[in-house]
Amino acid sequence: MSLIELKGIKKSFYGVEVLHGVDLTLRPGTVHALMGENGAGKSTLMKVIAGVHKCDEGTILMDGKEVRINSPSEAQSLGIAMIHQELSPVREMTVAENIFLGREPSRMGFIDYRKLYAQTSDLLEKLRIPINPKSKMKSLRVADQQMVEIAKAISQNARIVIMDEPTSAITDNEVDSLFAMIEDMKAHDVGIIYISHKMGEIFRIADDITVLRDGTLVNTWPASEVDNDTLIKQMVGRELKEQFPKVAAPIGETVLEVKNLSLTGQYEDISFELHRGEILGLVGLVGAGRTEVMRSIFGMTQPEKGEILLNGKPVHMKSPADAIKKGIAYVTEDRKGEGLILPMSVFKNTTLSALKDFVKTGIIQDVKESKAVDEQVKALRIKVNNLKLPVKSLSGGNQQKVVLAKWMITGPDIMIFDEPTRGIDVGAKAEIYKIMCDYVAQGHAIIMISSEMPEAMGMSDRIIVLSNHKCSGELDRQEFSQEAIVQMQFKYM
Amino acid sequence: MNTNTKKRIDAKQFASTYGSLIGLVLLIIVFTILNSRYLGWANIRNILRMASINGLLAIGMTFVVLTGGIDLSVGAMMGCAGMYSAYFAQESMGLHWAVALLIGVGMGLVIGLFNGVCVSYLKVPAFVGTLGSMSIAQGLTFLITKAKPIPGLSEGFKNIGGGSVGPIPIPVIIMAGVLIICFILLYKTRYGRYIFAVGGNLNAAHVSGINTKRIICSVYVISGVLSSLAGAIMTARVTSGVTSTGDGYETDAIAMVVIGGTSLAGGKGRLWGTIVGILLIQCLTTGLDMMGVSYYLQLIIKGFVVIGAVMLDGLSAD
Repeated sequence: MSLIELKGIKKSFYGVEVLHGVDLTLRPGTVHALMGENGAGKSTLMKVIAGVHKCDEGTILMDGKEVRINSPSEAQSLGIAMIHQELSPVREMTVAENIFLGREPSRMGFIDYRKLYAQTSDLLEKLRIPINPKSKMKSLRVADQQMVEIAKAISQNARIVIMDEPTSAITDNEVDSLFAMIEDMKAHDVGIIYISHKMGEIFRIADDITVLRDGTLVNTWPASEVDNDTLIKQMVGRELKEQFPKVAAPIGETVLEVKNLSLTGQYEDISFELHRGEILGLVGLVGAGRTEVMRSIFGMTQPEKGEILLNGKPVHMKSPADAIKKGIAYVTEDRKGEGLILPMSVFKNTTLSALKDFVKTGIIQDVKESKAVDEQVKALRIKVNNLKLPVKSLSGGNQQKVVLAKWMITGPDIMIFDEPTRGIDVGAKAEIYKIMCDYVAQGHAIIMISSEMPEAMGMSDRIIVLSNHKCSGELDRQEFSQEAIVQMQFKYM
Repeated sequence: MNTNTKKRIDAKQFASTYGSLIGLVLLIIVFTILNSRYLGWANIRNILRMASINGLLAIGMTFVVLTGGIDLSVGAMMGCAGMYSAYFAQESMGLHWAVALLIGVGMGLVIGLFNGVCVSYLKVPAFVGTLGSMSIAQGLTFLITKAKPIPGLSEGFKNIGGGSVGPIPIPVIIMAGVLIICFILLYKTRYGRYIFAVGGNLNAAHVSGINTKRIICSVYVISGVLSSLAGAIMTARVTSGVTSTGDGYETDAIAMVVIGGTSLAGGKGRLWGTIVGILLIQCLTTGLDMMGVSYYLQLIIKGFVVIGAVMLDGLSAD
């Protein structure tokens, strides 16, 4: 008898289907590992089970009966607990208050603090977690917060526990005690769905392994019947279906050189070169340090060690303003948070970084500004009825084009693209790829961070792979292979 | 979108954009019906003179609120500047009125700069930082004469608040000048664009290459300068320095700004809206005064007007 059975789960966001009918069966007393690349749909699928997202189609069976899970609290009452990838404790509350949040033991309507702390002590002792129940959550290390989160899931007496990369922030010792807890839960017939990128862990604890790719189920195996290489091949083994309008531009001299750049906790000893006419792909798992390196090159953070050379001269980027002045543009991964001023008009967003070019004796020259904006709107084919409308009224693809226009107008020599096509429809994607190719063809250079393997391989002239904050390999276009890249991604995990 | 919903949205948009202006016009009509002297030249001059003084605070506050901040110290800076300029404008001092005025405005500049540094560079929340300087400014006000009023101001100085050029009161001329400068600053220069950007999305503004800290710091300086200018003019108008000048004016200033449709969340607003807000509050106050409505009742009415105006503005929010 299965604990939970998912059949044909489909889920779309903003009209884009991200889960295309996925099946999954969890047996009691087992660990079921869920694997796949970034964006394969693992977390989305788990959020469907945990009631965070509602599935559009498909059925969920528990103990053979169909259930509907409409909210996290319904999931909880069905005995489903989820430990999310991103922790969200109430930082000002104590460990005990966090563990029993929303289900505090009470007496006559008041919280029974004695019972609360006694129960928490018992729980933590049983799980061998050496944390004081009365400590404020914010005083704990991230690893300890993670352990508290795990204790919370266990305390709910859940029959199904979902763990989304639970070991991403904890040390080996803590991994051991986590695994001991997992063994204990298995003995009590609890079923665990375990998401992780770490192969070693998977083979230590998993009973079954399921691989997802691009929102579809690839296969499910008993863990004893697959090996490392098979799994990697299955995770990436797709044809390059999407079309990339890649035009190879002549590669020129070195425009940017990074030497032994380090910043504690973010990236270590990063070195690479960027040439004119080149699109350099920067690949790695989420959290590998790709964005962090780029933020330093753009002056948003300061590296502790190492050097950045621009056209052969050492430079020090004090701020984004400084980097822009030196001819660098950064299309960030967070379009709404860092790319655009959402309530501001399309027009004003477009010229924001280049305003000084339109100023004469302190006054903005409307005619000159309009002309420049019109040129960009035309060149990038931004679909907008009225340039005075707030930029938030545009679609994702058009918003992204406004971000591109904003940077293009500054006339940069190097553009950094961080996930340039995330959440954008196929048509706009192709247009953005075309813009990138045209740009490097003019003798400029691009660094592109991408989590989408086909995009990285389709667009880059060269790929650098980061693994766990370090450079783990470099490949030229003719050496590109998904297996090689994925091996490199896991090199230091 | 069918035409019906479109019409409804347009109506909402209209109410949100012009609601306060329509309210202002209605208010003037009602008061004129109730009292024919309301639209007399003498009363209009009086309204404009007072609106000019109180409005300076609201103009400065608009800059601050556009960046997503707030300045609670405007009333206190007004009082402080009034007292210090009065001290140096005493007939017995024998100083030129401009010197006294500059000293008063200088006080506001220093306190405003202090506010700006606290909020932008030292990362003190605006509410707390300016609450602190409100107290500091009040203390400074009392310190100079141990809370005694300062009479006997020079004629030149008194002229700043009470004088006229032709038929137009000097405070109104000053206000007009300030408005022109502020309109140009806010809508015609990079600086103004950056203020909206910083308030609209601080992170994105930073990534776009804007020195966000300097922008944030500067709006508090503007607020300080304009508040102290108002303080000096007010003192000149009442012809003596009194420590209670500006007490509670911060609430009126904030009310004028939000009535004008500027969002307290920052990044969204309009200067002409603030002008409507200034006139609305001033016309209401003067009208109620003329009708002999008690101060206490006036407070209650004003409270409802502020809430109603912001509610109208919120209609278009979704």
